[in-house]
Amino acid sequence: MSLVNFTTREITCKIVYYGPGRSGKTTNLHYIYGRVPDSRRGRMVSLATQTDRTLFFDFLPIDLGQISGFSTRFQLYTVPGQVYYNATRRLVLQGADGVVFVGDSQARQLDENLESLQNLQSNLLEHGVDIRTIPLVLQYNKQDLPRELILSPADLDDALNFRAVPSFGADALHGKGVFETLKGISELVLKKLAAGTPA
Amino acid sequence: MTSALNPKYSFDTFVVGAANRLAVTAGRTVAESPGAAYNPLFIYSGSGLGKTHLLMAVGHAAKKAAPKLNIEYLTLDEYVEAFHASVAAGQGDAFRRRFQNVDVLLVDDVQFLTNRKEMQSELLRLTEALQAAGRQIVLTSDRPPPEIADLDERLISRLSGGLVVDMGTPDYETRVAILRRKAEERGARFEPGVLETVAQAEVGNVRELMGALNRLVAFQAVNDTSINAETVKQILGLVGEEGGTAPAGDGRAAAPGKGGGGAGGGDEFGEFLADVTVTVGKAVEAWRARVGEAVLRWEGEGYRTHRLEALLQRDAPGAVDDAIAAFAEDVERLKALEAEVAELDPQAAGQSVFRDPERLSEAEEAAAKVRDGAAPPPGPSAAFPLATFAVGPSNQVAVSAARAALERPGKKYNPLVLVGKSGLGKTHLLNAIGLELTRGKRAVVACLSTQAFIDELIAAIDGDRVDWWRARYRRATALLLDDIHLLTGKERTQEELFNLFNLLQDKDRQLVFTAPAHPNTLSGLEERIVSRLEGGLVAELKEPDRDVKRAVLERLLTQQGTNPEPALVDYLADRPTDSVRSLVSLLQRVLGAAAAQDGPLSAGLAREVLEGQAPRDTRRPSGFRASGLVVSSLGGIKSREKVVWDWDDVSDRVIEEFR
Repeated sequence: MSLVNFTTREITCKIVYYGPGRSGKTTNLHYIYGRVPDSRRGRMVSLATQTDRTLFFDFLPIDLGQISGFSTRFQLYTVPGQVYYNATRRLVLQGADGVVFVGDSQARQLDENLESLQNLQSNLLEHGVDIRTIPLVLQYNKQDLPRELILSPADLDDALNFRAVPSFGADALHGKGVFETLKGISELVLKKLAAGTPA
Repeated sequence: MTSALNPKYSFDTFVVGAANRLAVTAGRTVAESPGAAYNPLFIYSGSGLGKTHLLMAVGHAAKKAAPKLNIEYLTLDEYVEAFHASVAAGQGDAFRRRFQNVDVLLVDDVQFLTNRKEMQSELLRLTEALQAAGRQIVLTSDRPPPEIADLDERLISRLSGGLVVDMGTPDYETRVAILRRKAEERGARFEPGVLETVAQAEVGNVRELMGALNRLVAFQAVNDTSINAETVKQILGLVGEEGGTAPAGDGRAAAPGKGGGGAGGGDEFGEFLADVTVTVGKAVEAWRARVGEAVLRWEGEGYRTHRLEALLQRDAPGAVDDAIAAFAEDVERLKALEAEVAELDPQAAGQSVFRDPERLSEAEEAAAKVRDGAAPPPGPSAAFPLATFAVGPSNQVAVSAARAALERPGKKYNPLVLVGKSGLGKTHLLNAIGLELTRGKRAVVACLSTQAFIDELIAAIDGDRVDWWRARYRRATALLLDDIHLLTGKERTQEELFNLFNLLQDKDRQLVFTAPAHPNTLSGLEERIVSRLEGGLVAELKEPDRDVKRAVLERLLTQQGTNPEPALVDYLADRPTDSVRSLVSLLQRVLGAAAAQDGPLSAGLAREVLEGQAPRDTRRPSGFRASGLVVSSLGGIKSREKVVWDWDDVSDRVIEEFR
């Protein structure tokens, strides 16, 4: 897909929230949805199971209006985290301009995080995308949980962030770190414009 | 281009408090006596604290005090825009004149000078000019001059040279006063304590205060109830709030006040938006700006910028800087080509192809074509130096005329026509003049036989290159044509020569021609050519006298490596010959005989050969030419140079000699 179209003067960014099941990807989107003025957001599409697990994917279009003469749109997607929905994940990942990896800060979820990260890498590769070239940020969610249950962002950086991408501690339920993360990924995605190669 | 002064922004409506008293006093002083007190006056403050208001108030007050004053208010952006527009229109000077005639110049938001070097120097120039003329300048900014990033040192000192005052955040009392005045302006009435409550809120600037007042006015209008101090807090969200209540408060506050930015949660999105805007601005617009600048620049220089404009149409910037650099390189190449072509053929340099980098290859071709055409026309033969031209009474007139022409080429005898029979040295003298002329600076001497001139024209017509052929001769600083009578019947060549003649003569370029007889006796030449030839000096070369003959013989014999025996020279010089060429012919026969007999070269032998029986063998040992050209004898017998001896037509012979 074309990220920046100078002919129609449009910028469209597709950002995919990726991560293990129950790490808080949809929560991120819900929080953002709640903060975006009505006029700026489209309908949030959420296909969830009865137990509120994402079945297919969530989709939240945000219209940022005219920026420097470009009508700018962000499309936020989440993938289903559960392992057996890999085909869907791969589908959603197609054409992504940037990826937010939402990790679960709980110590016992570390393996799931790693597994999901590897899954991201291989799924990107299926689309011919090198994980080292696509804009990527990490979010360590659930930092509000008791300290004894979770790993600190620094520890998580050590464990997960071997590519030294921007990382953010977050409490998506209450919104802490959600917009910081979005800003982080937006910046990376948009900066890629300057580099001149459309994602 | 320039904003009008907003009538609402006067000193009367400006609420003065402790934080802005100094600025207002300075403003009033300046308005009363522009250019006399503080010049320039530089006012800075945070956003929404009344800079623009004060600036316009100065304008109003000055206008009121002296209605004839020329007062100009504009924001820096407008100034920049105006500048760019006039530069684009090629009216840069008009722009400067326009502002130099202003009595009071009010410039708003000069902090935007950051990264605008050209505007900085423009403003510096303007400030200096206005100050020198005693005109007033008032500037505002959101920070003091030294804190404006990348501001030229000279401009900083210039701007700081007058008075720099700041305006702070209004104190509580001022805030109340402002609110009262604004409420009054709007015809809104509030219960006691309401405005005071609003004023208690921590606001960073007056604009926020106005926003709060607007919300109250709207709320009262919508609900048709007057509000008290308590509801004010709710409406404005001044009550202590937690994250959970924020969305509710947001909703309520947003309902009455359309203009309100919203509090709490909305800010996160707002911040995000601001962030994205900055990033997009940096990423997208920066490159667009670079391309735009490049387009503006090259367009201004008269180059076609399709290629750059096309960049803007592309989906992604790609290697924009490379593209711009490549474009600049092409333009440089075009410039070089154009300069080169202009030197050779000014008319060709005007071609649009030299202004379009898209068509660089065409430009190269065009330049190459011009360069071909620029190959200098045939020059004089080096075999005929003036030094070897034998001078005697018989050709004295012609030689002096030649020397006079050489002294002041194009001015003394123009044209110079050398006439005389065949074999008297016309060609030699013509080429000698040509050689002397080539010594001049930047001299381009065209020296050739008329036959070659005709042949070149025919080839040019054939190759559809008549234009460059003309250009080639038009550049000549001198034109020397041998055997002009060959033009007989060549109408087109006569036509071309006529035009060329006029053009060169107009430019005082030397023209020299040779002909076998006086021009007016030549048949087949157009009258206009003949009259022009006669218009200069017609100098005749006569049959060689004894001096000339002796000189020629001595030279030839010396060249032959033989010691010229005086008796031989005398004998030969006394022989009746009507031209140098026949003299040379005599000498050839003697030399041939000497070679055949393997005997010495002497007067006796010469007498025997020329008066007695002719020697059996007439093989020529070496080829002497009337002109003195020595032709190698080894195997040369088969060459054309040898064969031309037998040619009947003298003129043809001359051509073949030097081509």
